[in-house]
Amino acid sequence: MNDLVVNLARWQFAATTIYHFFFVPLTLGLSVLVAIMETLYVTSGNEVYKKMTKFWGKLFVINFAMGVVTGIVQEFQFGMNWSEYSRFVGDIFGAPLAIEALLAFFLESIFLGVWLFGWDKLPKKIHALSIWLVALGSNISAFWILVANSFMQSPTGFAEANGRLVMTNFWDLLGNPNVWVQFPHTVLSGFTTGAFFVIGISAYHLLKKNESDFFGRSFRIASLFGALSILLVILVGHSQGQHMVKTQPMKMAAAEALWDSEDPASFSIISIVDQKQQKDLFSIRIPGVLSLLSYNRFSGEVKGINQIQAEYEDLYGPGNYVPPITISYWAFRVMVGVGFLMFFIAAFALYHVMRQMDLSKMKFLKFMPFAILLPYLANSSGWILTEVGRQPWVVYGYLRTADAYSPNVTSGMVLTSLIGFVLVYAILMGADIYLLRKYAKAGPKLVESNENHDDDSYWN
Amino acid sequence: MALNTIWFILIAVLFIGYFILEGFDLGVGILLPFIAKTDTERRMVINTIGPHWDGNEVWLITAGGAMFAAFPDWYATLFSGFYIALFLMLIALIIRGVAFEFRSKDDNPVWRSFWDWAIFFGSLIPAILWGVAFANFIRGVPINADFRFVGNFWDLISIYSVLGGLVTLSGFIVQGAIFLSLKLDNKFSEKTRVLGLKLWMPNVVIMLAFVVQTYFFTDILQVLGVNPGVIPVGAILTLLSVGWFIQQKRLGWAFIINSLAILFSASTIFRILYPRVLVSSLDPANSLTIFNASSGPYTLKVMTIIAIIFVPIVLAYQGWSYWVFRNRITSHPKDLHY
Ligand code: HDD
Ligand code: HEM
Ligand code: HEM
Repeated sequence: MNDLVVNLARWQFAATTIYHFFFVPLTLGLSVLVAIMETLYVTSGNEVYKKMTKFWGKLFVINFAMGVVTGIVQEFQFGMNWSEYSRFVGDIFGAPLAIEALLAFFLESIFLGVWLFGWDKLPKKIHALSIWLVALGSNISAFWILVANSFMQSPTGFAEANGRLVMTNFWDLLGNPNVWVQFPHTVLSGFTTGAFFVIGISAYHLLKKNESDFFGRSFRIASLFGALSILLVILVGHSQGQHMVKTQPMKMAAAEALWDSEDPASFSIISIVDQKQQKDLFSIRIPGVLSLLSYNRFSGEVKGINQIQAEYEDLYGPGNYVPPITISYWAFRVMVGVGFLMFFIAAFALYHVMRQMDLSKMKFLKFMPFAILLPYLANSSGWILTEVGRQPWVVYGYLRTADAYSPNVTSGMVLTSLIGFVLVYAILMGADIYLLRKYAKAGPKLVESNENHDDDSYWN
Repeated sequence: MALNTIWFILIAVLFIGYFILEGFDLGVGILLPFIAKTDTERRMVINTIGPHWDGNEVWLITAGGAMFAAFPDWYATLFSGFYIALFLMLIALIIRGVAFEFRSKDDNPVWRSFWDWAIFFGSLIPAILWGVAFANFIRGVPINADFRFVGNFWDLISIYSVLGGLVTLSGFIVQGAIFLSLKLDNKFSEKTRVLGLKLWMPNVVIMLAFVVQTYFFTDILQVLGVNPGVIPVGAILTLLSVGWFIQQKRLGWAFIINSLAILFSASTIFRILYPRVLVSSLDPANSLTIFNASSGPYTLKVMTIIAIIFVPIVLAYQGWSYWVFRNRITSHPKDLHY
């Protein structure tokens, strides 16, 4: 009975959050790219940059709207479906959420309004400043929400009192080492997403020889931005793996399908596991590489699932402390695999840009529009690894997901809202993709024609 | 003053700011299909709130975050208890927000009218639900000794709470009409002014009915005594005088006075609540208060410092954004951006 409520609530959280995170990374990256374009316009006075700002800005706004409305759900979901969680950590967890709203959401939403409607009302520089403030706001928002999430991954700056966790040191909450790997990794993933979005759409037009100057410039800016970002994502990701081995060894063991501790530890290329029987059905591993990932050398023990399970039973009492292995394992592989693929793509694009080759003759451009999907795949699987790999805990070591739900909420209620959100989200996704495609395909002309309409009689 | 009280006041301020600001943009959304017929007209109406609606909504998000941070049990009990109502509200806010951005990005008339109705319903539902919610806060809902809500959706619906819903609905529509008359160019401004005057009457009647009912359904008499004091009386007086200002075409004043009416009315509700945040209808001892539902002193202190620094900054730039868009919207293409 309760299991059903918990599972439905998990499905709902997973669905709404992943959905929210379809839009978030593009906001993070495209806001910066648009801000760069407008800055180029203001400093060079070249009209093509203004056109670029407007075109990419239009796509940005379509995406931003979806990010905003799906975010509102996130803010209230903790109370709706996870009331025991909210009571247990509210003292700590509520603070970054409130700070996020005050410091970031006001900034981004108000200056987006100013930017959108202020083209003819503000001096150029102030107008460009407002999109920078939107970009800043979005990235500040990412910081605070990840402070909150990092607390769940690896709690710091707190004490236990009266069966709850209470904050004892705000600076320790912010200084949580988890934040300082998670924040750069996530933000840079967002930058990568923005870059691939611009590269993909520009490639489409370059091949069609539409507005070559316009899209050539967009392509160049995005390739540089993207290649740098993805490189950094991978480097930070590596530190994050090392951090994970220290703070959440079980997650790493699951992500590597490593049953027993090894020294030197092997890296799995492919493992198909049977979690119930606790064994591999099939596995290829390269010796030593997991130690290398974890400690930057070819030796060093990485603990296995069985050992950690035994350790946790001593520590926390009987129970099953193994997260879903197959999901964690594949989520990790997809993210890393796609990450390297994107690195090669971005590096290849940048190489052509640096050599000043004629982009419209490049065959690989044909694939670039499809490559837009890659960062989305990596982002979602990254979060699935992070969240699923943390199970059965919701606050690592302190609160189990199964104890976090709302006891007064029935499965019927959760199911109703789950179906409701999924249906509405599906319709909105349809509309969103339709609009993005339409504007992306039409190119800058449509955006311009929209600016001078003289329809209808007025006020009758 | 105890930090708990400061946070109670701060959350009240956030909600009141939300009602005043989003009050007009919800009102505008509800009026949209009825007052603006052609496409240009609709675009003009939407553009009066275009730059502002999201910033206004962040008042709500901040209020939610502040509840979570300062009074976790309030946040947890309220949102798990008012589950279905909150779900409806979220769906409404979702389709509404998207509609503002999407509606004009395609010419198809079916597309546009779909999103126009999304704006209408997306504005109507929250406008009603807020009154329902606040009426229930003071009337009391079934909360047991563990602070768990033990009722269901239908416990939230009563004559009293529905009347509360009509209060916010009519109040926000009047607020929206006055705002439009301030923001649209002359010809259309007059139309919305007359409409505002017409709608003000029912708003007053509903409000008075609600006040009378409040004496039957809540413990207002015990809390406020026979002489309710300045704030509630101020609520009635400001509300009554709004009509006069609209009639005299002093629209700026009408807007300010109506905002004050919202401020005083909501303050009265919070005054009746204090020091409780959610009244239990089962046993007064089960009510959530600013003491038994709060975070620890350390968290409250940290949050207070942050609020003192950043609230003035936010107010300053939000105020500035209203100043940037102070001019009336005309049918000139420059005003029809989206
Ligand atoms: C790494 C970044 C990140 C993550 C993990 C999340 N968000 Fe988010 N959120 C953003 C980054 C972001 C953003 C980039 O700032 C958005 C996306 C588009 C936008 O408008 O702002 C946003 C919008 C947004 C909004 C609307 C703000 C507005 O009206 O302007 C709310 C209320 C939330 N989010 C709340 C949440 C909560 C409670 C989350 C946790 C489950 C969450 N977000 C995960
Ligand atoms: C501050 C940010 C976040 C917080 C506080 C948070 C918190 C939570 C909570 C409370 C749950 C429910 C318990 C559970 O089933 O694990 C959960 C589950 C989940 N979250 Fe997050 N989350 C955050 C960000 C994200 C993001 C951005 C994503 C991905 C897009 C995500 C993906 C998931 C998934 C996939 C689950 C389901 C896990 C499962 O069912 O096993 N989370 N998270
Ligand atoms: C290729 C090398 C990469 C490595 C080694 C790597 C490593 C990691 C690790 C270890 C985590 C889990 C952190 C935790 O649960 O504590 C993670 C999460 C995540 N990854 Fe990656 N990653 C890589 C590439 C990417 C790429 C290319 C993207 C997207 C463009 C991406 C997006 C994410 C996201 C959104 C999360 C969840 C948020 C977080 O926990 O930081 N990653 N990554």
